[in-house]
Amino acid sequence: MRIKILGSGCTKCNLLEKAARESVQRLGLEADIEHVTDFVEIMAFGVMTTPALVIDEQVCLSGRIPSAEELDRILGGASTTGSGGCSCGGRCC
Amino acid sequence: MDIFAPLEALANWLTFDVIGLAHGSAFGEALAFFLYDVPKILLMLATIVFVVAIVRSFFPPEKTRAYLSNTRLYVGNVLAAMFGVVTPFCSCSAVPLFIGFVESGVPLGVTFSFLVASPMVNEVALVLLLGMFGWKIAALYLVAGLTVAIVSGIIIGKLGLEHLVEEYVYGIRVGEGVIEELTWRDRTTYAKGYVAEIVGKVWPYVVVGIAIGGFMHGFLPEDLLVRYAGPGNPFAVPVAVLLGVPLYSNAAGVIPIVSVLVDKGMAMGTVLAFMMAVVALSLPEMIILRKVIKPKLIGIFIAINAVGIIAVGYLFNAVL
Repeated sequence: MRIKILGSGCTKCNLLEKAARESVQRLGLEADIEHVTDFVEIMAFGVMTTPALVIDEQVCLSGRIPSAEELDRILGGASTTGSGGCSCGGRCC
Repeated sequence: MDIFAPLEALANWLTFDVIGLAHGSAFGEALAFFLYDVPKILLMLATIVFVVAIVRSFFPPEKTRAYLSNTRLYVGNVLAAMFGVVTPFCSCSAVPLFIGFVESGVPLGVTFSFLVASPMVNEVALVLLLGMFGWKIAALYLVAGLTVAIVSGIIIGKLGLEHLVEEYVYGIRVGEGVIEELTWRDRTTYAKGYVAEIVGKVWPYVVVGIAIGGFMHGFLPEDLLVRYAGPGNPFAVPVAVLLGVPLYSNAAGVIPIVSVLVDKGMAMGTVLAFMMAVVALSLPEMIILRKVIKPKLIGIFIAINAVGIIAVGYLFNAVL
């Protein structure tokens, strides 16, 4: 799956990227993680508060850094459905 | 009844009975003040930040934008300034927020009212003002901050400066945003996390600030600053604002120091103007905004705000 971190390169955005990498490793997922700093692309997702987490072109989170457990749930859920996007019981997106 | 009375009693008991310092001694009074004020301010901070976070969870920027799009001058500016207080905002998000607002038809002047109010009237500043100077000063700060935000936005709107926004901004296509549906459990989790984040970040400033405040209180002469920064010096306000603009500090670091300045004779209007300049006109935010607006508009924005803040300073010095 493709994970994008949207952010302007601020501290919180880097923290989210780090957390996402750790979660991917913990869950043993196949994923490439990209940090998007281009505002034109960020805005295309309709995101107004950074950092945001995008999985397979779907916005799963914006404006906050989730706890490790929540991140595992989001990424774990997205990997099992296989159809892309995040499926965390409708609670995150 | 003072709900903090037990804390005060505890601080006095520790200082005068347990440690055994004498009542009325400079060191004893300073320590009692410190032991009472630190837990008091931190408790107030945690409580109010929690309440504010719950309120904020109802106002994500996507919703605020929807309320503000196609509003008109005046009404739009007033709404934007009030939303600025309750919508969560950090300067890292200034650019996407700016683009999102402008793209969805929020007028430029209204957008600026939001951008001024949001950092200036923040909960940390209000709590500290409340704790150190009482509710009247905190309320005055709130009203003055909103007024500066509203008036600056109206002036920028009237000047018709849309051409000073970088052209590419108007060409950006903004995608359909999603608003998270939150349950009450999500809201309280968010609020607790926010309290931990804010209090975790500001407590060292509060402790150090109060310590410096407490000890300077006892050891420096009362009228040290009266001559330079008292109500009698007409240059004090502009100088304080000019000093405040390049200082980028959070309100938590400034206010305890500021309380000492007041103690030593600096006029209240000058102090509030200084604080507003520090929190509202931050250099890093200007640098970030440079990505979407031209330098001339940044200059106008800073100038209008600085004038507004100076006016507030003079007004308070005359009234208080």
